Parts: sequence; C-alpha cells; structure tokens
Amino acid sequence: MSIAVIRSEVQQALRHPTGYQIRSWVAAVLLALSLLLPYWHLTLNAPQYPGGLRTSVYLTRVGGDAAEIDILNHYIGMKSLTFAAPLERTLAVPLVLAGVLAVTASAFLGRLGLLLQAPAVVFPLGVVADLGYWLWRFGHSLDPTAPIRLDPFMPAIIGRSTVMQFVTHATFGWGFLLSAGTAVLALYNIITWSRHR
Amino acid sequence: MRQRWIVGVAVVLALLLLAVAGGRFGVSTATSTPNLEGLIKAKGLTPDQVRAAVQTFVPPGKYDEYLMFASGGQSGQVLVFGMPSMRLLRVIGVFSPEPWQGYGFSTETQGILREQAQAREALTWGDTHHPAISETNAEYDGQFLFINDKANARMAVIDLRDFSTKQIVRNPNAYSNHGAVVSPNTEYILEGTQYAAPFPFKYVPLTQENYNTHYRGLATFWKFDRAKGRIDPSRSFQIELPPYWQDLSDFGKFESDGWVYMNSFNTERAIGGTLAKQPAMEIGASARDMDYMHVINYKKAAELIAQGKGTTVNGIKVLSLKDAVANGVLYFAPEPKSPHGNDIAPRGDYIVVGGKLDPNVTVYSHKKIQQAIKDKAFSGTDPYGVPILAFDRVMEAQVKIGLGPLHTQFDDRGNAYTSLFLDSAVAKWTLGAPYKKGGDAWKLVDKLPVQYNIGHLAAVTGDTAKPGGKYLVALNKWSVDQYTNVGPLFPQNFQLIDISGDKMVLLSNTPVGLAEPHLVQIIPLEKVKSWAVYPEVGTNPLTMKLDPNATTIGKERIVRKGTTVEVWMTAMRSHFTPDRIQVKKGDTVILYITNIERAKDAIHGFAIDRYNVNLSLEPGKFETVRFVADRAGVFPFYCTEFCSALHLEMAGYLEVAP
Repeated sequence: MSIAVIRSEVQQALRHPTGYQIRSWVAAVLLALSLLLPYWHLTLNAPQYPGGLRTSVYLTRVGGDAAEIDILNHYIGMKSLTFAAPLERTLAVPLVLAGVLAVTASAFLGRLGLLLQAPAVVFPLGVVADLGYWLWRFGHSLDPTAPIRLDPFMPAIIGRSTVMQFVTHATFGWGFLLSAGTAVLALYNIITWSRHR
Repeated sequence: MRQRWIVGVAVVLALLLLAVAGGRFGVSTATSTPNLEGLIKAKGLTPDQVRAAVQTFVPPGKYDEYLMFASGGQSGQVLVFGMPSMRLLRVIGVFSPEPWQGYGFSTETQGILREQAQAREALTWGDTHHPAISETNAEYDGQFLFINDKANARMAVIDLRDFSTKQIVRNPNAYSNHGAVVSPNTEYILEGTQYAAPFPFKYVPLTQENYNTHYRGLATFWKFDRAKGRIDPSRSFQIELPPYWQDLSDFGKFESDGWVYMNSFNTERAIGGTLAKQPAMEIGASARDMDYMHVINYKKAAELIAQGKGTTVNGIKVLSLKDAVANGVLYFAPEPKSPHGNDIAPRGDYIVVGGKLDPNVTVYSHKKIQQAIKDKAFSGTDPYGVPILAFDRVMEAQVKIGLGPLHTQFDDRGNAYTSLFLDSAVAKWTLGAPYKKGGDAWKLVDKLPVQYNIGHLAAVTGDTAKPGGKYLVALNKWSVDQYTNVGPLFPQNFQLIDISGDKMVLLSNTPVGLAEPHLVQIIPLEKVKSWAVYPEVGTNPLTMKLDPNATTIGKERIVRKGTTVEVWMTAMRSHFTPDRIQVKKGDTVILYITNIERAKDAIHGFAIDRYNVNLSLEPGKFETVRFVADRAGVFPFYCTEFCSALHLEMAGYLEVAP
C-alpha cells in the first residue's frame, strides 16, 4: 500500500467511520485508560484493623497498604509484594501501548487488521493467568524459617479466603473491567468481521 | 377432648402474640428495660443522676466532643482529657522526664529539658500551672499549647500535631512565674514573676531596704514565632515592675487590644521574718485593703524596645520601670486585696477581678480606664512613681457573689462563672451591657456547691472571644470524702458541670491521682488537627522534618570512627536491624533509630538494660540516643511497647567488651 492509499483510507475512515472502526477506537481508548487504573484489589479484614487493609494491583505497581501487608506477610515467610511480577511490570507499558496501537491501526487495515484485534481479546485472560501464577508462587514459596509456618496455599483470585485471623476479599478493579471491555469489543469485531467489509 | 384442643389453640395464639410483640419491641421490651430499671433501683440513682450518666457516657469506639488540656501540677507535665467523658487520654512530658514517651532519654528531648537550665541546676521536675492554647483572632486555633513552670520560671511550647514538647525557655531574670496567657494572635506569651526577687538574677541580702530598692517583679513577653513553632528569646522583652507579687494576667482583645491586665498582691512588700518577731508573710502581705491591678500598654512597650529604649539584661531586653512610667506604659488600678483571677470578658470590654478575701467580684471597664488615663484621674502614685487610677473612675460594677471569689470564665449568653474558694461553690452571674441590659445586669443568678475548695474553673472555650457555653469544670483542691481512701495523699477532684441551662447541673466527678492540676483549657475536638503517624518515615520530632540520619531497610549499618560507634538502625514488627552491636568499654555509642512502620499504633520502644535508655518510636519517627558505654558486659536491648505477636522476640544484644 502506498502512502497515498493509506492517507485516503484514513481520511475516508475519519469522515465516515464504520461501526467496526468506532468499536476499535473505543477499545483502544479503554485499553490505554486501564494502564492508570487498578486491575485487582485485595482487602484484608482483621479485628485490629478497623476498616481493613486494602491493596490495589496496577499493571505497573502495587498501591494502598502494601507496606503494612508486607510487614504482616513476613511473619508467614511470604515474600514482599515488591518482588512480584518484575518482568510483567516492566513490560506492561510497552505491551499495552502496542496493543492500543494495534487495535487503533486495525481499523484502517484489511484482513491483517483482523489479526491485530486478537491480542486484545487474549490480554485480560493473560492478566488473570499471570495473577494466578504469582499468587500460587507466593503461596508456595513461603520461607520455611518464618516464625509462623503455614502449609503452602493458593489465595483466591476472586472472592473470600482466610489466612490466620485475616479474612481476605479479592475483586477485579476498573482497569481489569476496561481491558475486559476492550476484549469484548475486539471479539465482536472479529466475529462480525465478514459483515464489515 | 374438645376443651384440650381449645386450650392448645389458646396457648399457640398466646405464644404467637408474644413472638410478634417481642419482634416489634425488640430487645428493649424483652430484656434491657427491666434490667435498666433494676440497675437504677439497685444503685439508688435519682433521675438527675441517670440523666447525667447518659449525658457524659461516650460509647466504646465513639469520641468525646472536646479535648481538655490540664496542667499537671507538680508532675511537671500536661494531662489531656476527653470531655464530657473525662477520660484521661494521655500525659505529655514537659518539665519532667517521661519514660513512656522516651521524653528526656533521646538526645533530642534531653536537649529540650537541658536547653535552658542553668549550669548547676539539674532540674528533674516542674510545677505546671497554666496551659494556654494558641489563638487566632482571640479564639483557640489548636496549633500549639504553652505551659509555665512556676517553680523555675520556665515556659514550654507543645506542638499539637504530635502532642509533644518542642521547646523550654527559662526566664533569665526570674526565679518563679505565674500565668501563661497568649495575645489574640499569639504574637506573645506573657508570664508574671509571682515572687519578687533581686533584679537582675543575683544575690542581694534580704532586708526591707534592699527589698524595696533591689528586688523587682517583671512582666515577661515571650515572642512566639509561629512559622518556626518556637519562642524567640532574642525578640522577647520584659517590663521591670515594683517588687509586688505579680500574679495572673490576661491580654486585652478587640477594644482593649494592645493592653494587658495583671494582678498583684503583697503590695505591702512584706518580707516575712517570723523568727525575728516580724509578721508572717501571710499577715504582712494582707495588711492593706487594696492591691494593684497593673494596667500595661504592651504595644507601646514593644515600640519603645524597638526604638532601643530597653537594656539587655542576661540576654533579654528589659524596659526599665522609670521608662515604663515616663512613657505611659504602666498604671495601677486599686483592687480588693489578695486578688487572684484577672479575666477579660469575651468582647474585651470588662476586666473581672476576684479578690480572695472580698465577697465581691470587681469589674473594671476598659473604656473607663482609658478615659481616666486621658483625664489623669489619679488618686496618687505608688513609691515607685506609678500613677494610681482613681478607683471610682475605673470601676464599673461590684457584684456580691459569695466568699473567696477567684477565677472567672464566660458563656455565650452573657453570663460569667466565678469559683468561690471559701464557699466551695461556683457562682453564675450576669455581665452588664451589652451582654445583659437593665435589671438583668450585674446579678447573681445561680450558685452550685462543689466538693471542695475550688481553685480554677474553666468553661468550654470560656476565656476566648467565642465561649462555647456547654460545660464547665470545677478544679477542686480537696476531695475529702468523695473517693475511697487511697492513703493520706488525696486525689484532686475535677467536677463536670452542665451550664447550658438556667441552672448549673453537676454531672460527674473525676479523680486526678498524680498531681495537682491548676487550670485547664477546653477546645472542640475538631479544632485540633493531630497526626496519627509521622507524615514521612524518618521524621525528626524536633524539626518535624526528615532527618538526614534516618534509615530505611537495607541501609542499616554500624560505623566506627575512632572511639565513636554510630549505628543506623530500623525498627519494625518484630525486629531491630541490626540486632547485635559490638563496642569496646569507653566507646561513645550513637544510635540513630527509625521506626519504618506506617500503620497507626505500630509503636516500638527501645530500651537497653542497665544503661537507662528508653525511647518511644511511633510510626515514622526518628530518634537519636547517645551514651558512653562505660560498663563492660552483654546488655540485652528490647522493644518496650507491646507491638506484635512476636514482641518479646523483638530484642538484641549490646556487647561491651572490656
């Protein structure tokens, strides 16, 4: 495709966007926004913490009462949250931006564009799988010399679980919901592609 | 058969009815009403007592409406109570070491305690009398608290962000002081000298002639630098006064802004000498019918000091008595003898004086005083040339309220409340115009007995421009029969009184069993913005900023330089890092400890056995402790504040090799 063809494609798309294109752009915006929002929340309730402790996991960092949770976790020999998913945190911004770019660009491309929608569909599933992996890993690499010894355990990805006097509640955050929205839009685009063109 | 069936149905119906009724009225009908009534009956409580109990009850987990700062008397500290529950919330170490707070043990707080003490004075106590909350526009702003040490003429500054003492200044020209009051915007904190002494601070044999010529009183105006949160002695000043015993004072506000009113007694200049057949101090000092209320134009005095009129005496600028008289800074108004309270009404228009030995409160008008000064309406001068204003020209009213009137505070409805020491009562009386008009003015309206020998009283924000008018506390010196006996040293008795209605109502008694508080100040809770944790990990409590020696995880270290061993340590649940320190006998050990916790109440202590070290490390706080390891041995150190399940394990060893 020559530059001129691309330009006319783009102009055409901007002037009379199709439903497919609008969905792609909305999907791109949602995915980009999700970078700024927490993907996952963990609330810990115990008698001596009125209101509970709350930590929020973003794609790039861990926020909230992470420091206090680390202090508590060291009693059971759990690693500090700062050691979780270092590679994922580093790659998060370039990966997501690449995804945003791919979805945006796919609106202007043909069959190749369809292929570019695919990563957005898989992304939230990947996030859940990775989160599950790290929860499993943290729960199964407890320091055997820790003051309090627990059997290896798998914290719940969603919902309630109990560790000593703490009752924990895990929920998805807005970041995850936005990325899921992106996935739904992208999937819809893929399924209905034959009708777009 | 059929009857049984009917009975059966009736029973079922009755049970159903009961269940419905129980469900409807819930717990109250089913259980607690009979219990409550039973309780009241068993304890023999009157309806008024039950009402008082409910009124002052603060349910678990709920907060009080007011904070009350009480002087800690001979303990040298400040006590903080919640009101109306009257529960003691905390003690603040001020003039005495306070181990729980590590006060007087860390290098930072040792510096505060020793800062102004003179070389040979090893002061380990103070006599705190008068707390004063910082003010903005003559209302409490809740930022700072000042308190005097009567015994050693010192003044302390407490920062209400962390409820900790930040500074103590010592009056270089006085032995004792009385009163701590702030100007309407806290530019100055004022203290009177109480007991006249040789001026400047030196030895002059105590003869009547020497007393008259060389002994002096002082009004000391400590300049407060709000931005720094410190008193600035270099910008403070004193006014030299005759050797009367200057007592309590108050800053004018609004129309009387720029002026100060201060009581004095012993204008007889009695010097005692009972063994030499001279009259006892108490006799000699009460001979005359009138003493002198000092009327001081302090803004004028500050101007004169700024113009270079003062001389520097022991590091502080002093305006001489001569210059004060010559420039219209100082006047006297006669007041009933041996006065105590000297309190200015909310609008700054009236000054109320309680003459201990007179059944009246005497009220002066600021306007009349100003007019009398303008008209030179003097009835004479004292031996030092201070003009004495004609009593009938400055007095507004005398209200006969009872025996032994001392201190006065105000409500928001034009009433004044005065403690009556001899009557053991609180008198409620009305102010004149513009507060109350015509026949309602200057009248005793109510009197409530208190138990017993009341000293100060204090109402909610009752000495500010906006009195609250809800509660009043009577600070009684004697409790006699009010509490179970705990030995001959009886507790003091705080009594909470509801002043919101026409009649005063006694609500509760609170014993204070650690010293004799004198005055309290009561501020709405929401006005005090205190920290739950230090805002930044490594905050130095003196500078309230991040300390350069604060440490974080992974940066802990021990460094030896010659015979000095420096340790950068962190504390968190449940370990100190490092937990082993090795030094040699004779080394100077400096520990820089940072509590890196961020959770509320995750407090650690740090004590070294046999080395008299105990710090309090609140979350985020940084402290230094410095000592010479002068005894060989292996000394455990441990956390002294139960911090966690593994608190006992939070320990380590200091090895001191011989």
